[in-house]
Amino acid sequence: MALRAEGETAGPVEPSERTPGKAARPGRTGRILAVESADVEFVGITKEFHDLTAVDDLNLKVEAGEFFSLLGPSGCGKTTSLRMLGGFEEPTRGRILLGGQDVTNLPPYRRDVNTVFQSYALFPHLNVFENVAFGLRRRRFDRAEIRRRVSEMLEIVDLPNYEKRQSSQLSGGQQQRVALARALVNEPKVLLLDEPMSALDAKLRRQMQIELKRIQAQVGITFLYVTHDQEEAMTMSNRLAVMWHGRIEGMGSPKDVYDNPTTEFVASFLGASNLLPGTIESSAADVVRVAVAGGATMHVPPQRVSRLETSDDVKVGVRPEKIGIVERGSDVPATHNAITGRVVVSTFTGVGNQYIVETAIGVNITVYAQNIGHQSAPRSGDEVILTWPVEHTFTVAPLPTSVEINETEGD
Amino acid sequence: MSAISSPEAVAPRRRRRWGRALLPVYSWLVIAYLVFPIVIMMIYAFNKTIGSMQLVSFSWNGFTDQWFKHWSDIPGLTQSFWLSIRLGITSTLISTVLGTMLAMALVRYRPPRFRGKAAFEQIIFLNIAAPEIVLGASLLGMFVSLNIGRGFLTLVLSHVMFSIAYVTVTVRARLAGFDRSLEEAAYDLGANPWTTFTRVTLPLIMPGVLAGALMAFALSIDDFVTSNFLSGASAPFPVWVYGVTRVGIPPQVFVFGTAIFAVGIGLALTSVVLARKKV
Repeated sequence: MALRAEGETAGPVEPSERTPGKAARPGRTGRILAVESADVEFVGITKEFHDLTAVDDLNLKVEAGEFFSLLGPSGCGKTTSLRMLGGFEEPTRGRILLGGQDVTNLPPYRRDVNTVFQSYALFPHLNVFENVAFGLRRRRFDRAEIRRRVSEMLEIVDLPNYEKRQSSQLSGGQQQRVALARALVNEPKVLLLDEPMSALDAKLRRQMQIELKRIQAQVGITFLYVTHDQEEAMTMSNRLAVMWHGRIEGMGSPKDVYDNPTTEFVASFLGASNLLPGTIESSAADVVRVAVAGGATMHVPPQRVSRLETSDDVKVGVRPEKIGIVERGSDVPATHNAITGRVVVSTFTGVGNQYIVETAIGVNITVYAQNIGHQSAPRSGDEVILTWPVEHTFTVAPLPTSVEINETEGD
Repeated sequence: MSAISSPEAVAPRRRRRWGRALLPVYSWLVIAYLVFPIVIMMIYAFNKTIGSMQLVSFSWNGFTDQWFKHWSDIPGLTQSFWLSIRLGITSTLISTVLGTMLAMALVRYRPPRFRGKAAFEQIIFLNIAAPEIVLGASLLGMFVSLNIGRGFLTLVLSHVMFSIAYVTVTVRARLAGFDRSLEEAAYDLGANPWTTFTRVTLPLIMPGVLAGALMAFALSIDDFVTSNFLSGASAPFPVWVYGVTRVGIPPQVFVFGTAIFAVGIGLALTSVVLARKKV
C-alpha cells in the first residue's frame, strides 16, 4: 500500500486517520451487510429555480451495486440531482425511480437512501454512538441490536471504541468516518455522497478515496458520489457522468470517458486535452481526414469522431501523455499524426517532463513525457516534431466561441 | 524582561500593577452598586419590629428569624405570592412556545411564503419599545369594552403579550447560527418533522429557549404597571406590596423578596454549572 508508506514517511499521523491495516484483513473482504442495493433511475428530471434551470432533462440510470460519480464544475446541477434523489428538492418535471419504485413525491424520511453531507452534519449534541444509532432508533430496533450494529459499523470505518466521543472532539477525517457510518448503518439501498472530501487536506483525501472504495466493495451498496474533482471521480467510480449546465456531457467508465471524450467540455474538464480547430475533409470507413489550420492533415479513427451533424468544423484532440516529442528531421511512422513546433517551456516534474510547444498554427500543445531516463530532454527553443498514434486521436464538436469552460471550482 | 536587575523598570511595572487592579476594583464597585439594595432588604428581613403593628422600620431593633418562621402569617401576601407564581409559570409556558414558533418562522420563511414578515419584525420591536403604561391602559380599555372581567385570564393574556417579543428575540439569536443540514440529516435518517424537531432542533436551540423562558418569567413575576391595570379582586405580589406601602410593609414581604432572589441566584448558578459541564 503505497499511500500508507507515504503517510508514514511524512511524520506522525493520528492513528485513526491512517488507512487502516484492516483494509487488507483477510476474511472480512466479503459483503458484511445483508443489503439489497437498488438501481436508481432519473427519468426526464428537470429542476428550475426561478429563472435558472439547474438540471435540464436528466436521464440517467445507475446500476445496483455500482460506484457512480456525478462530476462537474460548481453550478452544473450535480448536487441538485443528488438532493432530488435524497428528497430535499422537488423536481419541476420528471420521475425518480429507486429499485423500480417511483419515489419522486416521497419525503426524505420515507426513502431508503442515506446521505453523507458535505459538512458531515453530525449532531453536535449527541456523541458518536448516538449519532450512528440515530437512524436505527427511528426504526425502533431493540437496544442490543442497535449496540451490535453501531459497534460493527464503527469497526468498518476504523473508529472502534469511539462511541463515547463528542463529535467536536474528532478531527475532520474522523468526523467524515462517523458521517459515513451513520449513513451506512441503516443499510440504505443507495448511499448518496455530496462532496464528502472537500474539507479534507490532499493527503487525507487520497487515503479516504481508497478507504471509501474498500468500504463500498465490502458493503455492496450502490454509491452515488458527487464531486468536482475529476481525479477523485476517476479513481473511485465504476462509471461516471460529466455534467455541465444541468446536462450530462459524457458518461461511461472513467477510461471510456477519458480516452473517448464526446464533447469539448468533457475533453477539457476530465484531464487535459490539446484541441486543434479543423475541418473534416473526407470520411472513409477506416479513416477520417481532418485539415487543421496551417495545412497539416490529421487522421482520426472513425469510431472516435464526435461532431455536429450540421457542420464539418471539429476540434482534433490528443491527450498530453500520448504525444511523443522528437527532434526536427526525425522520421514519423505512417501510423502517426505529426505536427511541428518549437519548445517554449520545458519543466521537470520528477515523474516526467512537461513541455509547452508552440505550433505553426498558433495553438500551444502540452506534452507530458514520462521520466524513463534514456533520452536527453528537449530544451526550450528546440525545434521539434510532435507525433502520436492515429488511434489516440479524437475529434469533438467545437463549443461556440463565446462559451468559456471554467475548470476552477469554488463551491 | 528582567525587571529585578534594572531599577528603571520598576516604575512602569508598578504602574502596570495599578492598571491591573483597575478592572477588578471597577467590577466589584459595579457589583456592590447592583447588590446593595438587595442586601439591605435581606438584612432587614431579620430585623425585629417595634410595637404591635409588626411593620418594617428602618432602624435596627435586633436580630430575629421569626419572620421566616411565620412567613405565611399574612393571608393576602401569601395569596398574592402564589398568584404571581402561577401567573409567571402559565404566561412563561405560553409565551415560550409561541415566541419560539414565531422565531422559527421569522428565521426560516420569507415572503411570499411568509407575507408580512417585515411588519412582524417591526411589531416585535415596537412591543419591546412601547411604554408599559400604554400597553396596560389600552389593554384595560379593550377588556372593559369587550366586557371581559379582570382576573387571572386578563393577567395571563397581558403577560404573554409582553413576554413573547423577548422570547422571540432570544430564540432567534440562537437560531441564526443553526445549520439546517442537521435537520436534513435527521430527515435523511428517517426522522419525521416532529421527531426532527424534538430530537435535533429543540435540543440545539434549548439554551436560547431557556434563556427566553427565564426572561419571560422574570418579567412576569415583577411586572407592576400592566398588572396594576388588569388585576381584579386578587392582586399579584408586586401590586399587593405596592398597595400596602401606604399603610406599612409587613416584614414577610422581605422574606418573600429574599426567597425570590435566592431562587434567581440558584437558577443562575445552575446555568453556569451546566454551561461549564457541556464544554
